Amino acid sequence: MKPFDYARAGDVAEASRHTAKGATVIAGGTNLLDLMKLQVMTPSALVDITRTGLDGIEESNGGLRIGTLVTNSDLAVHPIVRKSYPVLSRALLSGATGQLRNKATTGGNLLQRTRCPYFYDTAAACNKREPGTGCAALEGRNRVCGILGTSPHCIATHPSDMAVAMMALGAQVEIEGLNGTRAVPLDDFYRLPGDTPHIETCLEEGDVITHVTLPAPPEGTQGYVKVRDRASYAFALVSVAAIVRFDGGRVVSGRLAFGGLAPRPWRTDAVDAVLEGKSPLDAAEAAADALLSEAEGHGDNDFKILLARRTLRRAMRELSESQA
Amino acid sequence: MSLDQSPDQTTELTMDKAQPRLLDAMSQGLLGTRLSRPEGALKVTGRAAYAAEHLPDNLATGVLVRATITKGKVSHIDSDGAKAMKGVLAVFNGDPLVRNPAQGQAGEAPAQVLPEVHYFGQPIALVVASTFEQARAAAQSMTVTYEEEDAEVEPATASTVDKPKKSQSDTGDLEGALRDAATAIDVTYATAPHTSAAMEPHASVAEWKDGRLTLHGSYQMLKHNLAELADALDMSEDNVRILAPYVGGGFGSKLGIAPEAVAAAHAARELKRPVRVVMGRDQVFQMTLRRSETTQRIRLGCDASGRMTALAHEDRVSNLPGEAFSEPVAQGTHFLYGGENRRFTHEVARIHRPGTGSVRAPGEAVGMIALECAMDELAEATGIDPIELRVMNMRETTPADGLPYSERGLERCLREGAARFGWDGRRPAAQRLDGDWWIGMGVASAVRTNQMEESVARVTLQSDGTALVETDMTDIGTGSYAILTQIAGEMLGLPAKKVRVRIGDSDLPKSSGSGGSFGAQSCGSAVFLACKGLREWIADKLDVSPADLTLRDGVATGGNVQMSLADFAGLPQTSEGHVKPGDTADDFAIAGYGAHFAEVGVHADTGEVRVRRMLGIFSIGRVLNRLTAESQCHGAMIWGIGSALTEELMHDPRDGRIVNHNLAEYHVPVHLDVPQLDAILLEDTRDDQANPIQAKGIGELGISGAAASIGNAVFNACGVRVRDFPMTPDKIIAGLPDRP
Repeated sequence: MKPFDYARAGDVAEASRHTAKGATVIAGGTNLLDLMKLQVMTPSALVDITRTGLDGIEESNGGLRIGTLVTNSDLAVHPIVRKSYPVLSRALLSGATGQLRNKATTGGNLLQRTRCPYFYDTAAACNKREPGTGCAALEGRNRVCGILGTSPHCIATHPSDMAVAMMALGAQVEIEGLNGTRAVPLDDFYRLPGDTPHIETCLEEGDVITHVTLPAPPEGTQGYVKVRDRASYAFALVSVAAIVRFDGGRVVSGRLAFGGLAPRPWRTDAVDAVLEGKSPLDAAEAAADALLSEAEGHGDNDFKILLARRTLRRAMRELSESQA
Repeated sequence: MSLDQSPDQTTELTMDKAQPRLLDAMSQGLLGTRLSRPEGALKVTGRAAYAAEHLPDNLATGVLVRATITKGKVSHIDSDGAKAMKGVLAVFNGDPLVRNPAQGQAGEAPAQVLPEVHYFGQPIALVVASTFEQARAAAQSMTVTYEEEDAEVEPATASTVDKPKKSQSDTGDLEGALRDAATAIDVTYATAPHTSAAMEPHASVAEWKDGRLTLHGSYQMLKHNLAELADALDMSEDNVRILAPYVGGGFGSKLGIAPEAVAAAHAARELKRPVRVVMGRDQVFQMTLRRSETTQRIRLGCDASGRMTALAHEDRVSNLPGEAFSEPVAQGTHFLYGGENRRFTHEVARIHRPGTGSVRAPGEAVGMIALECAMDELAEATGIDPIELRVMNMRETTPADGLPYSERGLERCLREGAARFGWDGRRPAAQRLDGDWWIGMGVASAVRTNQMEESVARVTLQSDGTALVETDMTDIGTGSYAILTQIAGEMLGLPAKKVRVRIGDSDLPKSSGSGGSFGAQSCGSAVFLACKGLREWIADKLDVSPADLTLRDGVATGGNVQMSLADFAGLPQTSEGHVKPGDTADDFAIAGYGAHFAEVGVHADTGEVRVRRMLGIFSIGRVLNRLTAESQCHGAMIWGIGSALTEELMHDPRDGRIVNHNLAEYHVPVHLDVPQLDAILLEDTRDDQANPIQAKGIGELGISGAAASIGNAVFNACGVRVRDFPMTPDKIIAGLPDRP
């Protein structure tokens, strides 16, 4: 670990002044501290926002406004989340362990770093960790890497479960920056790697995530299916967050988001558009076709193309059966 | 009592013939019971001090630096910057640092090759500082330049492949027999490399006083570790003491002295102050010995009745050049089933991945996966029930040497296990769909060669009538404290509270140590013999024959006399027991046996496998402690689940480095992966040829065959035969059948 400056911010404005000077925000620290010990991340300054009081969940505009410091555990068991946003509760509970969820925060979860093994090894080429060094995963052990949205510079995936559910729910991220407050749809929050895989979000210096807001509860049935290499405490090979309206055994409409496949929680209008009017299993096939038409495996992770299709099928089957 | 003080008496035994079942004639009723670990409370309350928890005054901390090339030479280490960092005391590179841990029972220093580098992750330097944080930061700051050479890292394409002569054999006419067989199969299995992943990382605290080294370490076999450490440091064993009273898991990875111990001892000697070196979790993955990956071709042929006429088990494993160990893949296959035309070949690819060594049940843990799945394939091909096929192919004597078996409970375990598990509810493959899950059952035989090792223990009957047991034996979580307490208590007629066990100190009499499932039986036999000597001494005092002596609850009864042990004149009385393997090991095939049954669900869409229930039933001769023995079975069966479904050490195909070097990405089973486990130990078996206490090892038997039963259950569930372990969803999904 490299020496760093540490400041505790009393409010968001103070935190913002620190991030404007290049400080990295620390909240739960479940990911950041590990990475600092390994010198995968080497921030010269940290600003601790845990005393800013942003740990409330409130109803707002028919939806929900979640403070950035709300822990994954608290969010997962919040009565409104359990009742009206079950996809989010299930996604949260499928991630990490009880101990980690007790510490990990909402904003921190959005910003957690990839689990690509080469990102974690400071002696490996990794454009995300050290721009310009190359991507060891392309020809390496890339079982956990992505098949969508990747670039020749980086094939890492975003590891969050929570963010996948939020993507399906149409969440927005509230950010306080040097020029005031803005709300960014989660769809626009994450960037694709292109040739700058080290830049993962739209956050700029001076920005601090303050809240995540959810729109009014969507109509339809919600579910989260996560396939992984062991039954718990493993990152998704493929996950699907699904919110689907059925009528008479047919899909009326749906919103689908995917984890484990791409450098960001993945969602496209084109996939959602093919669902309408089909039986659940036909809708799953059509969605898989739309989702995977440009999917590209890199060796170890070729199987994700088939697995994504099957996970979609499983999700649509389970959703249609649970609402029947 | 000091090292050089000789005991009042010594009882020696070389195991040349079966011994009387003396323990069955004892009357304390302590042995075999579910005695909880005497040291358990210390462990769960944090008062048992593990190696890294020894904090002598003025302790400095060292952090190992790894190589970041696969093969070549360190040409320069720029440590000036590191040395200038706050708190940094020294940087050591070169001799005596070791390349990797010693192999089990090596008794000499592991390879010392610096400045050469033989694998990615090899320790190449030690940075010592006042605090751990300072040492780690300095270690991370170091710039190392190398002269790099090309290196081979893939076993399949290695240009140097050894074929150890003693591991090749060809009997009869294999090809002819396969050609003539009514049914024959020819299948190739692969198993992934594993790491031991003990909870306690490798850790050493070294202190020098008056030229003598004391090392608080985490090791399994102190008498060998002593020799290895002394050799590495080029000093006399007399001047080394290793203390390892508590060891947080070993599984083979702590059999031999490891890089952190040699580095700590060297640094402490040079700096003239105590030094602690603890491997980081990533270093435990990279710098300790792993279980080799294997490829195994199995050919089996049988006649129309199912009787096997041909059996071939041909494997390839790997290790670093120069390492003597090679995973003995076919060890269990040699004597388990018949087939008069037999071939065994064993190849060791010399590659530059991190070294391989003994990991829980070397040989059978992986060999039984291929053999027992292949047996299932033969059963499927012949239409014979898998249990009947196995029983039918057991022979009266070993196929290779014609040796008699000692105690062999295999058929009993298969049949009794089948009845308890409900094996008759098994259906043909891919016929049971429960919701979205295909359900199936699988069975596999369990076998693990048994060996006893030379062991010495000292038992002192104290003036207060209590007993003190002393040996350099270790307890790596297995229950040594409890078991030795029970053996001494049973023999001397003492309740557990009146027996104290001191182990984990290399100054004490030299035992087998823990490894190869021989610890409890070997060290236990030495304690047994020491106690036998004390019984003879007591009998002599009462003027009765030992057979007429009853010892119970601290009271000796013989003839017409009843006397409290504390009242005997001449206490304390010290007795040494010394057991050595003998002719029975050559005259008999001695092994533990059992059977594994698994029921799994395979998700019909995604190919995820969940074990729904599992039953292991074992015959290991006398059970010394039912609680710790069952715990061994549970742990081993869980590793079987890991071997079957989740565990794989991943090597980069270009440089051989381990890429998943943490417990988030190296998937040991978690609670949710482990269903109800039934571990059953046959009550009434004794193996008279094994040792004077008629007990065999259990720690490794429980993993042998466990993964195969899951593989066979996966096939029975969904009809997909996976021959590449672990069976992650990607290996199943493409072959899944359509739903009915």
